[in-house]
Amino acid sequence: MIAFLSQFLLAVSMVLCVYGAFYGFKSVRGIYSHGLSRAAESAAIRSSGLVFLLVSLAFAGLAYSFVISDFSVRNVAENSNLNLPVQFRIAATWGSHEGSFLLWVLMFAGWTAAVAWSRFEVSDSFKVRVLSTLQLVQVGFLAYLLMASNPFELLNPMPVDGRDLNPLLQDIIMIVHPPMLYMGYVGFAVTFAFAIAGLLEGRFDMTWARWSRPWCNTAWAFLTVGILLGSWWAYRELGWGGWWFWDPVENASLMPWLSGTALIHSLAVSEKRGALRSWTLLLALTTFALSLLGTFLVRSGVLTSVHAFATDPERGVFILALLFLVVGSSYVLYAMKTGEVGQGGSFKSSGREALLLSNNVLMSAALVTVMLGTLYPLVVEVLNGRKMSVGQPYFEALFVPLLLPALLVMGLGPDSRWRETPLGRMFKPGAVALFISLLVLAAAVWWESHFSWLWAMGVICAAFLVITTLSHAWLATHQIGKSKPETGVLYRAKRLSLSYWGMVLAHLGVAVFVVGVSWVKTYETETDAVLKPGETSSIGPWRVTFIGVDNVQGVNYQAALGVFELTRGEGRTIFLLEPEKRRYPSNQQVMTEAAIHTDWFSDIYVSLGDAVASSNGAQTGAWGVRLYYKPLINLIWWGCTLMALGGLLTVFDKRYRTRKS
Amino acid sequence: MSKPMSNFTTTPRSRRVLWLLAILVVVVGFGFSLFKVFNDNLVFFYTPAQILNGDTPKGQKSYRLGGMVVVGSVKREPDSLAVRFEVTDKEKTVPVQFKGILPDLFKEGTGVVADGSWDGRVFTASEVLAKHDENYMPPGVEK
Repeated sequence: MIAFLSQFLLAVSMVLCVYGAFYGFKSVRGIYSHGLSRAAESAAIRSSGLVFLLVSLAFAGLAYSFVISDFSVRNVAENSNLNLPVQFRIAATWGSHEGSFLLWVLMFAGWTAAVAWSRFEVSDSFKVRVLSTLQLVQVGFLAYLLMASNPFELLNPMPVDGRDLNPLLQDIIMIVHPPMLYMGYVGFAVTFAFAIAGLLEGRFDMTWARWSRPWCNTAWAFLTVGILLGSWWAYRELGWGGWWFWDPVENASLMPWLSGTALIHSLAVSEKRGALRSWTLLLALTTFALSLLGTFLVRSGVLTSVHAFATDPERGVFILALLFLVVGSSYVLYAMKTGEVGQGGSFKSSGREALLLSNNVLMSAALVTVMLGTLYPLVVEVLNGRKMSVGQPYFEALFVPLLLPALLVMGLGPDSRWRETPLGRMFKPGAVALFISLLVLAAAVWWESHFSWLWAMGVICAAFLVITTLSHAWLATHQIGKSKPETGVLYRAKRLSLSYWGMVLAHLGVAVFVVGVSWVKTYETETDAVLKPGETSSIGPWRVTFIGVDNVQGVNYQAALGVFELTRGEGRTIFLLEPEKRRYPSNQQVMTEAAIHTDWFSDIYVSLGDAVASSNGAQTGAWGVRLYYKPLINLIWWGCTLMALGGLLTVFDKRYRTRKS
Repeated sequence: MSKPMSNFTTTPRSRRVLWLLAILVVVVGFGFSLFKVFNDNLVFFYTPAQILNGDTPKGQKSYRLGGMVVVGSVKREPDSLAVRFEVTDKEKTVPVQFKGILPDLFKEGTGVVADGSWDGRVFTASEVLAKHDENYMPPGVEK
């Protein structure tokens, strides 16, 4: 009953979207200003809100079916189980292909409603065009959901118990990761719709860029969190200590991120200087296209990899068709209208514009790199059936030389001037910062008593970025203090805009991230060992003593629970680590649950292999064990967190809150 | 009076030419290194039959082997992490040796992908990859 009702709500939403899009486009045809289309505006706003409400109810319907274990719904029967704890039942709502697409549609409806309700100074006709574009795209998603990927399909006869949620997905992070990632992907639909509406109106002044920026930054921040959580999940849950595998599914989320990062920076140029207009537009279209491509790659089953749990060619063709329709038509529109838009102003090679442009060049190169490595194997397989892949060294060899110069440019950015920066102005502080960075490197070499070129470059660039960013923030705060000496630091900091502080945070995040990666890549160690109870192995500065293995019964699994004692120095610190080898009886799947001890920023990571027999075949209690020492790995997560926080902070900047009169 | 030497770098037109040249050099350099690194890191999958029939590029020692673990072939050596098993594509079978901890989804009768080298008798795997999809079947093994 609930399933039927939810489906009905989705169908109604689709009709509403079709109606909203056509009514919207029809009523603003030829209108480019305020006041002429109040009725159309309120219709668009109301229909967007209504669609959000209906889709939310449908989503709640599916979540409810999962919580009460209604196995007459096929999706529930295939992805849940009577023994599944309730928080994972909720997560299972978006654990399957169908459910995750419903989540996508819900997010899309949510973003559309947010645009509709935002009391932001946008002309009526522009707003109607944005909303109608979003609704038109939503029609495609709803059609896909209802026709090819129905989460409410019924199952007859109803099974007594369901299969289970993939044990890999039974993790707290997995509850949050997909919603965050989709918030990001779908958020770029808003900048996409702004670009389309702008193309339709032929309107690309600086206000257009200013309208787009908070939406773009929000989407980017969510995407960053989504990718971070995915990486963290892989690190903790796959049990093999890796945090980024350059797996196509990870790359699928990295591509819109790179393009989105470029978009943030080119939007800055377009807003402040009116330049780079068609490039910004192209990026806005491309970022959403890459989000769609990511969904296609992950959800169509063209990749068979760590995350691609879905395999269904029929759906793949539908998503591919949708992708071509949306992307194709928007690029055609771009090609037709971009001449009217114009390039905007020109600038000198030493201005801030040029530095921001170089960010775009580096991000685009990184994007091409990832795209080639991800799509080429697919193309080869389609063309001549050869199965192949592109190895990790490819990505690493190209990413490092692209990322490190970006850090230097980021360091110079805040101090540069629009149009043209006197070279002397940049040279001296830059040289001083570089000198201090070399001192930092010397200290780091002394501390670690080890040297490698990549690591040293990482340390210098990160130190340079931190020093220039912080010193600029310090000086800028003091500059304000000069005119009003009686004010406190907090007041002065507030005078600098939130956008500025957001940028500072995000750039510091990049530096922190690079430090983490440099250390992990250079100093991580791993050992595979066979340990009998009482035996000790050492890793990094730690000694790990194997106590033994217990059999324990979990909520919906049985586990071999290994107990390890962690000591350092003269046996002075003792921690217990308890990695597990879980077996889920519902689908006979085995899962390694690693145990991680975090010591400041470094991790010691233990995972349990299999029991090892002695030569006469008897079990002696010995187990295969894998140990990792991961110095400063937590800086990777903290760096990404800072980036996301920075992105979110900019959204609350006062100048984005101009109210409509 | 002769024109100053610096004129070449100051007229807008020649300056633009210089910029274009610089950009061209960077793009070509990047493209070249991209191509080079890309080619060096292509990893092809081979089936047991391809390896035994010698359908692999000459001079290449390391491969990515894809196939199915033969049921009953997994033998663990006592007191160590060494494992032997056989990988088949239903046509030919290749013996594999590996020392280390196998991924969770490694099971007899399911698909496996291993990186390693072939010396004519046995495939020595340096890494056995986790394929986290129970539906995964390496090429040639489907049905």
